[in-house]
Amino acid sequence: MSRITERFRACRSAGRTALIPYITGGDPSPEETVRLMHALVAGGADIIEVGVPFSDPMADGPVIQAACARALAAGTTPARLFEVVRRFREDDPDTPVVFMGYANILEAAGYAAFVRDAAAAGVDGLLTVDLPPEEAGELADEAQAQGLDLIYLAAPNTSTARLERVCAVAGGFLYAVALKGVTGSADLDAGRVEQQVAGIRRVTDLPVAVGFGVRDPQSAAALAPCADGVIVGSALVRMIGEHGAAPDLPERLRDAVRALRRAMDETTTGGDS
Amino acid sequence: MATKAEQYGGDPAVGQDGHFGRFGGRFVSETLVGPLEELAEAYAEARRDPAFQAELDRELRDFVGRPTPLYLAERLTAGAGGARIYFKREDLAHTGAHKVNNTVGQAVLAARMGKTRIIAETGAGQHGVATATVAARMGLECVVYMGADDVRRQAANVYRMRLLGAEGRAVDAGTRTLKDAMNEAMRDWVANIDNTFYIIGTVAGPHPYPTLVRDLQRVIGVETRAQILEREGRLPDAVVACVGGGSNALGIFHPFLDDAGVRLVGVEAGGEGLASGRHAAPLNAGRPGVLHGARSYLMESDEGQIIGTHSISAGLDYPGVGPEHAWLKDTGRAEYVTVTDAGALAAFHRLSRTEGILPALETSHAVAHAECLAAELGPDATVVVNLSGRGDKDIATVAAQEGIEL
Ligand SMILES: Cc1ncc(COP(=O)(O)O)c(C=O)c1O
Repeated sequence: MSRITERFRACRSAGRTALIPYITGGDPSPEETVRLMHALVAGGADIIEVGVPFSDPMADGPVIQAACARALAAGTTPARLFEVVRRFREDDPDTPVVFMGYANILEAAGYAAFVRDAAAAGVDGLLTVDLPPEEAGELADEAQAQGLDLIYLAAPNTSTARLERVCAVAGGFLYAVALKGVTGSADLDAGRVEQQVAGIRRVTDLPVAVGFGVRDPQSAAALAPCADGVIVGSALVRMIGEHGAAPDLPERLRDAVRALRRAMDETTTGGDS
Repeated sequence: MATKAEQYGGDPAVGQDGHFGRFGGRFVSETLVGPLEELAEAYAEARRDPAFQAELDRELRDFVGRPTPLYLAERLTAGAGGARIYFKREDLAHTGAHKVNNTVGQAVLAARMGKTRIIAETGAGQHGVATATVAARMGLECVVYMGADDVRRQAANVYRMRLLGAEGRAVDAGTRTLKDAMNEAMRDWVANIDNTFYIIGTVAGPHPYPTLVRDLQRVIGVETRAQILEREGRLPDAVVACVGGGSNALGIFHPFLDDAGVRLVGVEAGGEGLASGRHAAPLNAGRPGVLHGARSYLMESDEGQIIGTHSISAGLDYPGVGPEHAWLKDTGRAEYVTVTDAGALAAFHRLSRTEGILPALETSHAVAHAECLAAELGPDATVVVNLSGRGDKDIATVAAQEGIEL
């Protein structure tokens, strides 16, 4: 069983919704990313998403675009992010790590080499935003050989027929995109998301995590009861952007995650355990 | 049921999901998959509807001014000292470039699909103007994204768009050029897919755009083929066009693909020379990768980050190229060369003085190479150049090269 699957099982039996924070790898620097990953876990993260910075992050809003630019300016490369995960794993063998990024980084490295290096470093899953299943054949073969979960998106406008095709190849969890828009958008409608998640559950037994547009403890808490996981990105990345040079950035980040954790747990206590 | 060939522009080489060999495809985030499928279906359905083609033909004749002439450039030919050089006069199309052939077609499709809002990206501003023009003509809301640097370089076109009732939005991200405008247009589309139609300006982007735009630009080549046969009684020895994203080139190349004797030559922006690294020539100096929804040749770092490009012409200043060109390059059916900024500028001046035609700086790249090719092929040959646009938009750039501020 993969580390991701195992973690969702553990969350489910503890009656809590998994908290999945996203940070852009290498922002403000690759060295700092190791510390920030531990801070996320200290705050109560169940799974960590690390963004692999790309020069042209088409699916991201201004907050994560700026983080990609900072990470690239700091000299971040996939090789350095593999090193970040290796160092994180020295102290944390348990928390699953997902790399989220764009197809061209994998194209440039070669799918086989990227997957091999990711697996060797201790990465558990890959979410490649602009690589839908139809284009992911080569990646899927490699990921299966190396035991990496390939995580796919389900959008509000993904048809049921297509959802079935996506779920047939998806691993780890299904990432439900909560709104039509880029990351960091604001018009989240919890009632509609609940219906979307219910629709996904009719198609798959995979855990369903919801992301895009979760801005604060309140919106995380609103989504927690209907999902197996809640993903929070731009809100944390904005904080890193604003306090990147502050010596207490890890503590600030930990506290922000802790606030999300607490708000989510309050709405899910006595949940489906 | 449409056959596969019907669905993909009668081109058996185009596979499922718009692949040209290993190039093309649909590399987009999940939210765009549905809208792209919807677009592909709407287009396939429109192609089968004679009323769509009739409306398009009428718009192209009465609004755009087609057919455009095929013109023998006698004085330029004499100066080049070789093959007869013909121009396909897309500069005489309404709004002054080939771009309008595409925007008219996509706007008609948008209206068929019930969309009320049009968005577009633009580099030189020609596609932005052509989009704003058809949006005005059809009463559709229009937003055009343009890199902040290009807004500065092409100020006149920005104002033209505003006069036409479109809203121009400057994009301050990344390299502040065409690729960033395209990123931003995609982000807008994903947030507004219910009422918005994205008119991509070239044969790039995710399927079905590369085939859709090519089919709409094919009219250039179809007319050229008939016109040159009438004038010369035979096919040309070479067809030359500049390549930014590649729409004017593919439009004129495509009807000649099966004519093995016709050389198809695309001219990329050599900037300050390939060795300088400051250019926009992915087919000549890039490698395959994925950007803006398709696999094609790209200018990128070893790690796959898209790198900044340079060209004196904003319309060629793009790190990617349409996937069908990548395929035509790899199969050897078309050849791709470069012309530098200096070469293009010199051709701009020669053409202005010998023929009374101010060409766009993009187009000037093709003219420069055609002159060389004409000399090489000799007086018995003919060369057709796609004169993709007029140069009025570029006179401030040209003046600045001479230290003149307009
Ligand atoms: C006159 C002209 N020619 C060529 C181009 C390049 O585009 P494409 O390669 O798609 O024809 C442009 C783009 O703005 C243009 O304005």
